[in-house]
Amino acid sequence: MATATASRGGPVPAATVRTAPRGRRILAGLLVFVAVLVVWEGAKFLGGTPWRAPGAAPVPGSPVLWNPPFRWAFANDLNLPHVWNIALVFLEPWQRGADRNVAQFLFDAALYTWREAALGFALGAGIGLALATIFVHSGLLERALVPYVVASQTVPIIALAPLISYAFGTNVLSVVVIATYLTFFPVTIAMIRGLRSFDPRALELMRSYAASRRSIYLRLRLPASLPYLFTALKIAATASIVGAIIGESPGGIANGLGRVIITYNQYYITGPEKLWAAIIAAGILGVAFYLIVRAVELLALRGRPGAAAG
Amino acid sequence: MTTPTPAIDQPIVRIAAVDKQFSGGDRLVTKALEGIDLEIRKGEFVSLIGPSGCGKSTLLRIVGDLTSPTRGTVTVNGKPADRARRDRDYGIVFQAPVLFDWRTVEDNVKLPLEMLGYDAARRTSRAREMLELMELGDFLRHHPYQLSGGMQQRVAIARALAIEPAILLMDEPFGALDEMTRERMNSEVLRIWQQTGTTVLFVTHSIPEAVFLSSRVVVMSARPGRITKVIDVDLPRPRTEQTRETRRYFEVVTEVREALRAGGGAVDDAGRPAGGGSLDRTIAEGAVG
Repeated sequence: MATATASRGGPVPAATVRTAPRGRRILAGLLVFVAVLVVWEGAKFLGGTPWRAPGAAPVPGSPVLWNPPFRWAFANDLNLPHVWNIALVFLEPWQRGADRNVAQFLFDAALYTWREAALGFALGAGIGLALATIFVHSGLLERALVPYVVASQTVPIIALAPLISYAFGTNVLSVVVIATYLTFFPVTIAMIRGLRSFDPRALELMRSYAASRRSIYLRLRLPASLPYLFTALKIAATASIVGAIIGESPGGIANGLGRVIITYNQYYITGPEKLWAAIIAAGILGVAFYLIVRAVELLALRGRPGAAAG
Repeated sequence: MTTPTPAIDQPIVRIAAVDKQFSGGDRLVTKALEGIDLEIRKGEFVSLIGPSGCGKSTLLRIVGDLTSPTRGTVTVNGKPADRARRDRDYGIVFQAPVLFDWRTVEDNVKLPLEMLGYDAARRTSRAREMLELMELGDFLRHHPYQLSGGMQQRVAIARALAIEPAILLMDEPFGALDEMTRERMNSEVLRIWQQTGTTVLFVTHSIPEAVFLSSRVVVMSARPGRITKVIDVDLPRPRTEQTRETRRYFEVVTEVREALRAGGGAVDDAGRPAGGGSLDRTIAEGAVG
């Protein structure tokens, strides 16, 4: 009986995209952060208001540490507070006479907003998946309804938010609805593609097993679509937070980041650092949510080629 | 067991007067197949060979009920083709492995077993048995992208055989592989065929491959595909690398090549059937409406 020769064609490494080791990536991120700080203070060094001792509200008449040669409006203390003043404001009481400092206050507000956003995110993801599933199985419904899906997103959320609050009441439900509204769209669009993203012969293969539509969906379409799903979820994560923050003001929510931002905006002149602190908090919240989704993605896409990319 | 079960004389596949037309728009009707009559006996290894576009892949898909004939009938295992498909009488291997890249090698082979409702223990033992048969026992936990093309195709074959199909349909399975790997895979397929006794319908572009593997070679003409000639390959079994060097082998290869030419399929310098059936000729023959 003919036997194969010794070299059976062993496994070959797939072309690997070399991602930098994690240490180097973190270092790169830190360097970018430091670079931003340098540019920031550099602008103030050249054209800001005279530098005084650190402290969120420098006392007028305190000694001037440095007098910049130019005066640029964008670099003054109102528009661009010193980074150390922003850092220091985290430790101040968030309101005159309050017991929590700005950091704790922002953390609580961010968590509150995150819960609304996460709920909207989950609902939006579910609706998006359901819609995409329907569209992939019914070309008629797809052609009929996708234009409306797209049109829904072109109306600015700022205009829609008060309408939603009016309909659902000034409460958390409105905020969740807005977050859902902004989440379902990327998921729908990505999954319409994702649920079809396989070699058509795979469908012939399933047909040769007399597979039911349900079986094809669960064993082929859904697993094939996961990379697309997670791409959409990463977009949706940040979109749901933006939606929650925006939705909080017409929603009359007192405890979220939306209200904090509005308040600090109103009192900007008395403490510009606080608004920046709130912006930083919102940014950290967005990044944290993104990273959570990314962690789940790495788990779900284990073993697939290119799983670690992005 | 090295000799195949003697082919029982009842045909397991009966193709009768099959025509296939594709309509692409109002005017362009492509006649892919015309008047195909063929019987395949149980346990036979039959190759379909012909120039590009002659409809051999279409015929394979008609047998597998992945597309239906415009006219004519196909009977498999005594049933109409669609019932045979629903009874899961087929295994199919394409030119690309078409493995699921989110499943391990073992889980890929388990796919049809899951769909047939085998229990977990039986799924595992059957999948492992098939992968051992293909000599991939060390790669159960690997993912498809970690394997070479030839190995992936072996996984695809293991998967096709997992449910013990009555008929194995193979559509140019080794077309994407290099010549040496291809010859090795030919020997593999023969070994599997002898061990399992499955009936095989094999579509190929390669004359040497068709002759080496088959009990019979069905030569098809250029579009519209008709059967030009059915050649019995009386080379003794088991066939080995030595078989490829015998005079009788070359005689059969020549017979196949001449039948291809007669059917209007040009044969290129490498001795492979080249694109035959130009649209002009088929229009002249009045075959295109």
